[in-house]
This record gives sequence, C-alpha cells and structure tokens, in this order.
Amino acid sequence: MDTALGIGIDALAYGMILFTISIGLSVMMGLMRVVNLAHGAFAMVGGYLASYAIRQIGLPYGVAVPLAILATVVIALPLEVLLFRRIYGGAEPLKQVLMTIGITFAVIGVMNAVFGPTIKPIPLPEALRGTVDLGFRTMAIHRLAVIGAGLAVALGLWLLIEKTAFGVRLRAAVDNPGMAAALGIRTERLYLATFALAVALAAFGGIAGAELMPIEPTYALKYMVTFLVVVSIGGAGSIGGALAAAIVVGLVDTAGRYLMPGLGTFFTYLAVILIVHLAPNGLLARTR
Amino acid sequence: MLSSGTPTAPAPPTATMSPRPSRIVRDLAGLTAVAVAGIAGFYLFPNDLGLLTRMVSAAFLVVSLDLLVGYAGVATLGQAAMFGLGAYAAANTNLAGVQEPLVMVLIGGLAGALGGLVSGAIVLRAHGLPRLVLTIAVVQLAHEAANKLSAWTGGSDGLSGLEPGPVLGLFRFDLYGRTGFLFSLVLLVITLAVLVRLTRSPFGLKVRAIGRDPGRVRTMGGAVLPTLLVVYTIAGLVAGMGGALEAIAAGVVGLDAISFERSATALVMLVLGGAGSLFGAVLGTVVFMGFEHIVSASNPFHWLIVVGVMLVAVVLFLPRGLGSAAAELQRLARIAGLGGAR
Repeated sequence: MDTALGIGIDALAYGMILFTISIGLSVMMGLMRVVNLAHGAFAMVGGYLASYAIRQIGLPYGVAVPLAILATVVIALPLEVLLFRRIYGGAEPLKQVLMTIGITFAVIGVMNAVFGPTIKPIPLPEALRGTVDLGFRTMAIHRLAVIGAGLAVALGLWLLIEKTAFGVRLRAAVDNPGMAAALGIRTERLYLATFALAVALAAFGGIAGAELMPIEPTYALKYMVTFLVVVSIGGAGSIGGALAAAIVVGLVDTAGRYLMPGLGTFFTYLAVILIVHLAPNGLLARTR
Repeated sequence: MLSSGTPTAPAPPTATMSPRPSRIVRDLAGLTAVAVAGIAGFYLFPNDLGLLTRMVSAAFLVVSLDLLVGYAGVATLGQAAMFGLGAYAAANTNLAGVQEPLVMVLIGGLAGALGGLVSGAIVLRAHGLPRLVLTIAVVQLAHEAANKLSAWTGGSDGLSGLEPGPVLGLFRFDLYGRTGFLFSLVLLVITLAVLVRLTRSPFGLKVRAIGRDPGRVRTMGGAVLPTLLVVYTIAGLVAGMGGALEAIAAGVVGLDAISFERSATALVMLVLGGAGSLFGAVLGTVVFMGFEHIVSASNPFHWLIVVGVMLVAVVLFLPRGLGSAAAELQRLARIAGLGGAR
C-alpha cells in the first residue's frame, strides 16, 4: 500500500512536470503546426539560468525563478522571428525536424561551453524543503508544490484559451488560419505570443522539475522524446489530452522503475507504440 | 585531410548551352567518383584508414536513410535500429564460429531487412507527427532491448573480441585496416550501383511519386503502403550491411550503434549532402565525418555548436544540400547578372 502511494505521488509529480513542459509544445503543434524538437532545450536553458542566478549571483529563489523564465523567453524570441517563423505550417516536417534539431545541438553546445558539463542543482528555499505530515503519511513539500503548480498551469491555460479574447483568437487560428487572418486576427503576433508562452512554460517546468530531471547538457536530447510522446499521445493542442498523457507516461515510467528496474523505459516505449496505434490522433485531440 | 571526391552535381538546365549528359553517364560518373575518392583516400591517408572505414559503414546507413527520406518521403529518426540490428547479428554470427566476412555482412543485411519490414509495418500506419514519434519509439525500444538482452548483445559493455577471417579465404585483415577498408569500399560501390539501378527503374519512379504525393498515387491506383514496406525492407537491408561492416572493421559492437543519436546524426549527414541523391548521401557522410574528426578533437561540445549552426544554415540556404551548392551559386550569379544588365 505504501509502495503504491509512493509510486502514485512520484508519478503524479513527474507527470505534472511533463505536462508543464509539454503543453507549450502541444499548443505550438496544434496552432503553428510545427514539430519543435528544441522545446526541451528551452526547458534546459531555464534550468541553467535559474541555477546560475541562485548559486552564482545569490538571488533568492522567488526572484531568480521568474527572472530565469523571462531571460529564457528573451533569448528565444529572436529565434522565433529569424528561424521558427519560416517553418510554420506543417508543410515540410523534415525541414522542421532538421532546423529544430540544429537549434537543440547549438543550445547544448553553448550551455556546455558557458556553464560546464556537470549537473546544475537548483537549491530550494526553506519553504519548499522538508516534509509535510498528511496524517496517514509524510510527503516531500516539493512534490506537493510541483503537483499544485502543474494543476495551476492546467487551470490557467484552460481559462486563457476558453474564457479570454486571446483564447478566442487562438482557437480561431487553430481551426482555420487563413480565415482567421482574413477576419483581421494578426496571426503573426498571435504566433509570437504563443511561442513566448510555450517557452515560458517550458522554462518553468525545467526549473520546477530539476529534482526529478537533473539539468545537464544532454537534458535537451534525453527528454525530447518523452515530451514528443506526451504530445502525440495527448493529441496536439489539447490541454486535457496532454494532462492525461503526461500522467499516463509518468505512471508507466515511475511504476516501471519501481517494480522492474531497468525494464521501465522498455515498457514506456511499448506503451507508446500501442497507444499511437490505437489513437493515431491523440487521446483527446481537437478535430480539425 | 580528406579527398573531396565530389560527385558531379547535375548542371542546371539553363546554365550552359551544352546538352545535359545522359542519366547513365551521370550515374557512372558518380560511381566512378566514389570509387576513385575511396582509392585516393586509401593512398593519401594510410594512417586514418580506421576513420575512412567508419565513413564507409556510416555511408551505408545514410544511403539507406536517403531511400526513405529522400525518395519515399518518410521522415524517420529511427533508421539506426536497423544498423544496430545488422551489427549485432553479424557479431553473433562471428561469435558462433562463422569467420567469413561476406557471410557476416549477408546475415547483418538480412537482420536489417527483417527489422525494416517489422518496423515499417509499425511506422507506416501512422502519419505526420505520430509517425515521427513511432520511428523514435522503435529505435528507443530496440536500444532498450539491446541493453537488456545482454546474452546476445553484451548489454552496456557491448560485444568485443570479434575475429573475422580472411575475405573469401584469400584476403586477411591486417593491423592497419587496409583489407577492412577496401572490403567495405567495394561493397559500397556495388550496393550503390544496385540502388542507382533500382531508383531508375519503374519501381523507383513509383517510390519517388509516392514521396512527392502519396494521395495522387493512391488515386491513380498505386499501392502506397506495400510499396513503402518494400522500400523500408530494402533500406533495412542496406543499413544492416553497414552495421555488419562496422562490426567487422572495429571488432566490437556497442549500444551506440543502435541509438536515437546515431539516427539523428545520419539525418544530419543526409541533409548536408542533399536528400534525394544517393551520391549526395555519400558526400554528406564524408564531409560531416571528416569535419567532425578535425573539429571535435578540440572539444566535442564546440563541435555540437558547429553542427547545429550548419544544420540551420543548410535548411535556410541550401534546401537541397551541399550537392546543390554549385547550382545554387550559379542561380544567384544569374540573378545578380540580370540585376546588373538592367
């Protein structure tokens, strides 16, 4: 029973991190129809900057994290204008794969040159350390905070997309980009804003998940596949789908690692192949 | 450094007044260029034969990827699964007591073909992003399986102590890797000749048509999925042969032969040389690996920056790869010339 609970909590925390990072990728795929393999690289940059701000500059956690997220967005925006913008539209998946892999490689190289090849810890503030007694068992506060943050992100995004003018434009552009542009929606700006949001969420996820997914140079490639898996299982552009997929992947992966050390990842990929076969458009995809 | 035996890029139709050489002449020129470049490399870099042999076995993987990406239009990041299968199959054949390298290559190729058939059946059912994710899942699954089945693969230690006998009982493998290189080169030229013939055949045209527009081929009554499965199998055969050659030349097989990274790097080489041209695939492999050999000696991570920038640049400025650079330059010169004439 205790094991089951332990697995459940860890899986949920891991799933929420996966969700926080993947949802930006999912929205980008749904809206701009671009396979962005560099998404994990942005999460990594966020982690590196946060680690640097806290450990080298000595900023408090609450200041360093938003700054790191902002800095990551500022670094990424020129890339959108110069590079990403040219590959939107889903016409040439190979071009998208190549350019975004190229960006990933370059980011890995630069991060390594600037910060060195070792794992970069992100020290937690006192408030997030230690454990909390829930009566029936104790839990790491950090895990709870991560789960809470993931749920907050999901709720915030849902409100943004369903309840705001921005969300209306976004959904219009997803359903019919040409018509949306003809009706006066500035799709270019919309794409830029979406890109910024996606990068910010990736950076936040990278920072919050540094305990579970350590920040080091190969991060961008190591977890790239996992993020893609979450998006393809959940269906591009679907918040609920991404949430469900992230929790499923987190559960399979964590349970596998607990119960069958060494075979966990094998079953994750087997599950991916099965799920993609049963639901090629994602579990809860928006029909175009 | 390396000999740049560049296959002649096809001249743009309007660049010169002379008629274009016929396809057969151009194909023969390409094959000759590969053979001459290989032999030149053999005499010019006797101390780097290990690298040159790795280039040849990598070229098999890149050429097989080209069949899928450049001709059939299937974007895949999982072709190294077939390469690794071939390597492990060849290694196990040798450890089971078979010494003849040709048999090892044959077994490796067959294993790769079988892998291609199975993974093709899995991958080709989906489209777009799910298909891409499936190709990644296939190579990761293969990687995990190789990691676990240590009885057959040696797990993370890999398989070592391979001892291929003399080729056809005549040519012994020497300390300097001369035999290994020439053996690989001869096989590469033969394979290229067969594939060139194949891509020019009616079947090859059909594959190219599917790569351009599968929907139209289906409408005209062409069998898309079965054709793609055949291509996947052939590509698996070629990749498997490459894996077997790498195992023979190196005497070891490691998990890196069956990894996502290997697939991604092969794709980089292909795009560098120009997808859709078999000789371009070979050129891209040689340029990339030669470049890597020089740059990564200083710092492997600086090398990554170079690769990344190179990739982005190729996508932006040379959508058809290095092989098209000459044509691209002529086009720009023409545009500049027209601008001047005004």
